[in-house]
Amino acid sequence: MIAAFEWHIFWDRIVHPDHVFAQALWRTVYIAVLAQIFGVALGLVSALMRMSRFRVLRILGGMYVLIIRGTPVIVQIFFIYFGANLFLGFDLFPRTVGLGPVSLSGAVVAGIVALSINEGAYMSEIIRAGIDSVDRGQMEAARSLGMPHGLGMRRIVLPQAARVIVPPLGNEFNNMLKTTSLLAFIGVYELFLDADVHYSSTFKPSEYFAAVAFWYLMLTVIWSVIQAWIEGRLAASERGDQLSFWERVREAWAPVPGRLWGRAAR
Amino acid sequence: MSAVQPIVRADEVVKRFGRLEVLSGVSLDVDPGETVCVIGPSGSGKTTFIRCINHLEKIDGGRIEVNGHLIGYREQNGKLVEDSESNIARQRCEIGMVFQRFNLFPHMTALENIIEAPVRVRKAEKARAVADAEALLDRVGLADKRDTYPGKLSGGQQQRVAIARALAMKPALMLFDEPTSALDPETIGEVLEVMKELAREGMTMMVVTHEMGFAREAADRVVMMDAGRIIEEGTPEHFFTSPDNERTQQFLSKIL
Repeated sequence: MIAAFEWHIFWDRIVHPDHVFAQALWRTVYIAVLAQIFGVALGLVSALMRMSRFRVLRILGGMYVLIIRGTPVIVQIFFIYFGANLFLGFDLFPRTVGLGPVSLSGAVVAGIVALSINEGAYMSEIIRAGIDSVDRGQMEAARSLGMPHGLGMRRIVLPQAARVIVPPLGNEFNNMLKTTSLLAFIGVYELFLDADVHYSSTFKPSEYFAAVAFWYLMLTVIWSVIQAWIEGRLAASERGDQLSFWERVREAWAPVPGRLWGRAAR
Repeated sequence: MSAVQPIVRADEVVKRFGRLEVLSGVSLDVDPGETVCVIGPSGSGKTTFIRCINHLEKIDGGRIEVNGHLIGYREQNGKLVEDSESNIARQRCEIGMVFQRFNLFPHMTALENIIEAPVRVRKAEKARAVADAEALLDRVGLADKRDTYPGKLSGGQQQRVAIARALAMKPALMLFDEPTSALDPETIGEVLEVMKELAREGMTMMVVTHEMGFAREAADRVVMMDAGRIIEEGTPEHFFTSPDNERTQQFLSKIL
């Protein structure tokens, strides 16, 4: 017999989130934000390495992308959290990590590191495509004005590449918000583990997992609004068809978004 | 012969793309204040040649000096070694370049395009750079387009901003790589007018062009290139009335 869906449990999780839940939600958000920021930084470094004049850097950057994109993110998370202990005999991440006034659990730090490294490989591809999309003449013009390569990259090429990078970057962050759920497997108390704990004590999987799905949906919806705003700001200085803010929001929510950048499940 | 030191001294410049030799020993001196037009059929190497002068292209033989300084290379035990990037960048500050496709920075207004290099490279004071840029915009007739983005400017207007941008670095030499080839016919005139004015004011200029009217009117000297060599050079009068070389005659009869 199939158990009836107990709506009051579902609504209770949504309307009356408890303190522990709020902390789990906050943890999901900051892990995703930090991992995305570090991921973009790593992606930028490895994209520049892969476009370098030096063969060694190109190979290193290429290997990084190849290995990370070629292995499951859950394996990477386990490797980073447990790997040092297995191979080196000590914990890379102690139980708590103090960073100035804040202290994080070792699992959270390991999770952020793992997700950043994973994200960096995907961002590397996106950033490289963005840089490639900028007309060669732009760097030539910068150089002809006496700008060294680095300055031309920073002031001329990257700002133009950003316009191409931001839409797929938004998709990456949407993905990141949900991928954080995998950190439940190394004991990070985030949204999914919170739902899992409640399920274990009540044996009401549908209600708790439906509620947590709702919260992930909330996060991604809020993000799509923020993303539309950012894209609107970026387009403001560009010529061509300028979509209004709400047109962008609608586009982001369309059932079949006309997006070039999609990605299969990792 | 003259006592003045030439601004540009190119000596037996050789350039290859893979196995294809695009420049087979090109030598040319340009004196201060001189306007030299480089003409020739497509594929003759004229664009490559002026791109070598600010080291946007490496060279495989010969040497190029601008203002007495070896460009792109330094001498080490009698051999030429490519110079460091920062040295090359410093040398390029003295050499303005205007491109066929303008290459304005689309994320910056006309004014921002012009002050970018003076502020970031020359470390000029911002207020000073803005005042200079406004004067330059006025000079190319675009004072009212100060805060306009390149995407909202016509081709001719973009090219005039590009000229102002190059001039903002106060170069000793201006290179023009087919500056009117990508323009609508009705906007070519306004760009050529700015260039003629610049030539009259005594700027040293090398202009790769198909605009024979401009060459005739503004050039002090015309240089004809074919198959990676300079095959003829002389005053515009000489060139357009009695060219010696048979290839020049053929080329001019086609283009005029």
